[in-house]
Amino acid sequence: MSGPSAGPLPNPLPRPDGELAALERAWEGPRGWRFPTEVNNAWIGVLYLGTALLFFVLAGLLALLMRVQLSVAGNDLIGHDLYNQLFTTHGTVMMFLFAVPAMEAMGVYLLPAMLAARDLPFPRLSAFAYWAYAIGGLVFFSSIFYGAAPDGGWFMNPPLTSKQYSPGVNADFWLLGIGFIEISAIAGAIEIIIGILRNRAPGMTLARMPIFAWAMLVFAGMIVFAFPAVIWGTILLELERAFDWPFFRAERGGDPLLWQHLFWFFGHPEVYIIFLPAAGMVSMILPTMVRARLLGYGLVAMALVGTGFLSFGLWVHHMYATGIPPLSLSFFSAASFAVAVPTGIQVFAWIGTIALGRPRAEVPMLFILGFLFIFVLGGLTGVMVAVVPFDWQAHDTHFIVAHLHYVLIGGMVFPLIAALYYWAPLPAGRPLSKRLGTTAFWLLFLGINLTFFPMHISGLMGMPRRIYTYPAGMGLDLWNQLSTAGAVIAAAGIAVIVWDLIRNFRVTNHAGVNPDGAGTLEWLPQGSYAARSIPRVSSLEPLWDDPALPEQVRQGQHFLPGTATGRRETLVTSPLEAEPQYVAIIPGPGWAHVIAAIGTAGFFLSLTVELVWLAAAFGAVAVAAMLHWLWTGTDLGPIRDQVDIGGGLRLPVYVTGREAVGQWAMAVLLIVDGVIFACLAFTHGYLWLVGGDAAWPPAGTALPDPAAPALAAVLVAASGGAMRLAEPLLRRGHSGLMILAVLAALVLLLLGLGADLLALWRAGLRPTAHSFGAAIYANQFWQGLHAAAATVMTLYLVARIGAGLIDPVRRLTFDNVRLFWSYTAVQALAGMALTHLFPRGLWA
Amino acid sequence: MRPAALLALPLAACSGQQSALAPMGPEAAGIAGLSWLLIIGGAAIFLLTMLLLLLAFRGGARLRRRLGSRGAILAGGAVLPTLLLSALLIHTLGLADALGGRSADPLRIEVTGRQFWWEVRYPDHDVVTANEIHIPVGRPVELLLTSTDVLHSLWIPALHGKRDMIPGHLNRLRFTADRPGVMRGQCAEFCGAQHTRMALFAVATTEAGFATWIERQRTAVPAPEDPLLAQGRRAFASAGCGACHALRGTEWSGRNGPDLTRIGARLSLAAGTLPNHRDALRAWIADPQAIKPASAMPGFGAVLAPADLQALAAWLGSLR
Repeated sequence: MSGPSAGPLPNPLPRPDGELAALERAWEGPRGWRFPTEVNNAWIGVLYLGTALLFFVLAGLLALLMRVQLSVAGNDLIGHDLYNQLFTTHGTVMMFLFAVPAMEAMGVYLLPAMLAARDLPFPRLSAFAYWAYAIGGLVFFSSIFYGAAPDGGWFMNPPLTSKQYSPGVNADFWLLGIGFIEISAIAGAIEIIIGILRNRAPGMTLARMPIFAWAMLVFAGMIVFAFPAVIWGTILLELERAFDWPFFRAERGGDPLLWQHLFWFFGHPEVYIIFLPAAGMVSMILPTMVRARLLGYGLVAMALVGTGFLSFGLWVHHMYATGIPPLSLSFFSAASFAVAVPTGIQVFAWIGTIALGRPRAEVPMLFILGFLFIFVLGGLTGVMVAVVPFDWQAHDTHFIVAHLHYVLIGGMVFPLIAALYYWAPLPAGRPLSKRLGTTAFWLLFLGINLTFFPMHISGLMGMPRRIYTYPAGMGLDLWNQLSTAGAVIAAAGIAVIVWDLIRNFRVTNHAGVNPDGAGTLEWLPQGSYAARSIPRVSSLEPLWDDPALPEQVRQGQHFLPGTATGRRETLVTSPLEAEPQYVAIIPGPGWAHVIAAIGTAGFFLSLTVELVWLAAAFGAVAVAAMLHWLWTGTDLGPIRDQVDIGGGLRLPVYVTGREAVGQWAMAVLLIVDGVIFACLAFTHGYLWLVGGDAAWPPAGTALPDPAAPALAAVLVAASGGAMRLAEPLLRRGHSGLMILAVLAALVLLLLGLGADLLALWRAGLRPTAHSFGAAIYANQFWQGLHAAAATVMTLYLVARIGAGLIDPVRRLTFDNVRLFWSYTAVQALAGMALTHLFPRGLWA
Repeated sequence: MRPAALLALPLAACSGQQSALAPMGPEAAGIAGLSWLLIIGGAAIFLLTMLLLLLAFRGGARLRRRLGSRGAILAGGAVLPTLLLSALLIHTLGLADALGGRSADPLRIEVTGRQFWWEVRYPDHDVVTANEIHIPVGRPVELLLTSTDVLHSLWIPALHGKRDMIPGHLNRLRFTADRPGVMRGQCAEFCGAQHTRMALFAVATTEAGFATWIERQRTAVPAPEDPLLAQGRRAFASAGCGACHALRGTEWSGRNGPDLTRIGARLSLAAGTLPNHRDALRAWIADPQAIKPASAMPGFGAVLAPADLQALAAWLGSLR
């Protein structure tokens, strides 16, 4: 092919004939009934956001029903059964099916454009995450129509959610439905982290990264560290429900508070997970709205990172009333106060930015002002409830309902609507209606304040949360009527926005407009392939600093103006300085990830209704589809030598080892794994502390003779060794011997884990008798999941070797399996140490 | 009377206040004072921030330049909150310490959360009752809180903040009532189907009134002489009510449901669900699932003849 010239960029020479056509061909989307096969982030992002907004409207309607029920004292319109399902589903859907997915959607849609990447590194993973979420979420939501929706609160506290007190499938819908939507969120987070770190335009160092990318990096990092806690909690509760393993049953050595620690270790960061991307969007929109650069970029970025860190130290502030000693409470109270500092820094950075600029009365600006009003108020009530004695009164009352809605609607929904109006021209090519947007703003601003401000008062006057009615004469009537009236007004505001979207939003994804004169790269002219060519970036607002840039980019005068391999590609750069490293070939449309998503959703939903065989069938379909997708679309090898991307740069199209994004993805996944394992270890330690050293393990518990676990540990270590041995064999090209080493590693691993399990069982330890046995078998369960994954991976690897698809150069598959293997072996050894040395080994 | 109509009865007539801002004792008063401090301080900071936002739009050029500086970010976002919050932290630590009440010999009351009612015991007086806590004004009280089924949380805002009731845990809550009165409380931790209808009353009386009340609770239930009441007692026996309910000095000692020894003197039925009078009692016994669905109480409307039902309600109502 006729490559770009070696001269400096921008290269003013005309581009070769057919270059643009080839690029368009590579990025051409599927049409008609094949549309679900699309993986392009621009489409998936819009679908993702649209689905999230659908859930927002649905969950909002549930809230409206609740407000109608509460509008008068003693109302018997909605009974306890439906009401309990309404608030559980409302909270769960808003948190898990609206807020987090909406932010992931914004990331998937905006990040590639902002970073001037063609796409994120794993578009099929994003698409898979989307479909799994959409299918699973819709089925989950529909459970409310059969009265099978969860009814134990969005926090699912056991023992209320244990089998004894919630015998129906309602709780299982939550555990399995949400459990796997969490997995979808983690898939999205991995994609976002690696996209931000490895797909930035050349020269876009971390210090030149748009603030939204910082926010999304912290967001995704927080998902990686927070979601494992709730995934682990979900696993424990489902094991308790399905097999009677008593993690949370006090009479058998368990403790209901274990769940609360795990849940809120996730649940509190979750609030910031939702808020930080919104804050990032505000920091992007505001400079355009006032025509001034963001004041204190460095401080704002630091504030985002700082909030992320601090938010992990606050979970106990949801547990002030549980009887935790006052000294610990004051620590968490102080930590909760501390979060006010990074938030305050951002608020004053925004005020300062407005002061430096010339604000314009556009719809996004209105919503940002509304955001500042509502969010600052919610933040201040947040400081109030961080004060321990005050919280003892306010906790679990409508005061908290008011606080959390001020924070979440102010801190997330208003910025999201601002973002909708600000960025709508990107996919649609033209803005939404200013008239409708302004109307919607005033309806929402008035409606939200009218709904939630009175709840501060009704809460302190004695109205608890989650009650479906209240007696007359407690002084609550007026405040509830105001709230209901406000909810109706707010709903009208949402209806106006929906109407505006229906009338004015048509996705073309061929925009070249920049109606507000913004300065960041997403406003470059875009095709289905994103920006035609990728500029070298030297500032935070490249479009303000170089007005000629958009036209140069459109003409293809910068890096990678076409497709180097004839396929979809994206440029991979170094994580800190963003120096170009290689051109990654990324997958195009296909059915495999859609089928895998249907299989995954079907698997979890069949388990919920206890159709085990159907679940197995769905699971097999999902695994088969994933393997197909891996086999055909990954580890393609160096299908071409180095390619010329312009500016004198020649880059490979295939790399292995530390530079490969695939290895990065595996590494992040293993961090998730490690955090789950840490939660597992926490479970042991916590139950031991609560049970007391004398009662945990309970008297008379027999543990196996140390010889058996010692043998198991040797086998697992040998398995790790065998996998290490395979590496030099690969380098020398001994395929046959390599297959032997890999299979030996698998057999040794399974033998080792099996020997440990067998020894425990033969020693008479059972998971149902006491939380001690339950914790040990939960560990076994977790190791078993890894053994299953390792088996599938090994057999896949052997098949690849057998098919001649692994060689000393083309070895990404092997490297990833080996990395997973090292982790699994170390985790297995750590798990055995936990089982056999803790707590008795501590004193021995 | 239809159950729905019963529910519409003004329970408020006998319901006390349930407001955190109307304290009846020093602990709740301390928290209420703190609440007002937080509300006023928070409002001041909110208004100041909104004023600065307004000035960012409308202020003079020099002021706007000042607002638009890193110094302003650090002063408003970091220095000011750090100072204010440090002061607040020190203030609340002192208050939290004072709230525990360190009295050496409080009146101990064990309250156990059940789905969906409260079992109340006075271990030092050998008294068992339900859904009502009687305390003498001026005497420190210590509640010993736990649960035998799911999580509950005891909240009597006029006396103190809430404290969770957790299976396997024993939580303590100390407070004093400093004037006589009836206060309403409610379960604050979602506990299932009828979390809504799980209220209780705290009754603060004089020491003499409290002593009388205790003595009354300790007195055995006498065999009734009135024929109607005697018929009611027989109905109680024949319907098997004693399997779940206890009555002091009788053969009945069931513990699945509330102790009924002095049921007639209580302020409400079914944990604050109905006002306590004979018609309400009869309606409740006949069809509790229509009034408080999913409560553990089965209906006896089909088991007992109307006359027996009437007599049963009369007898229970007489246990005052």
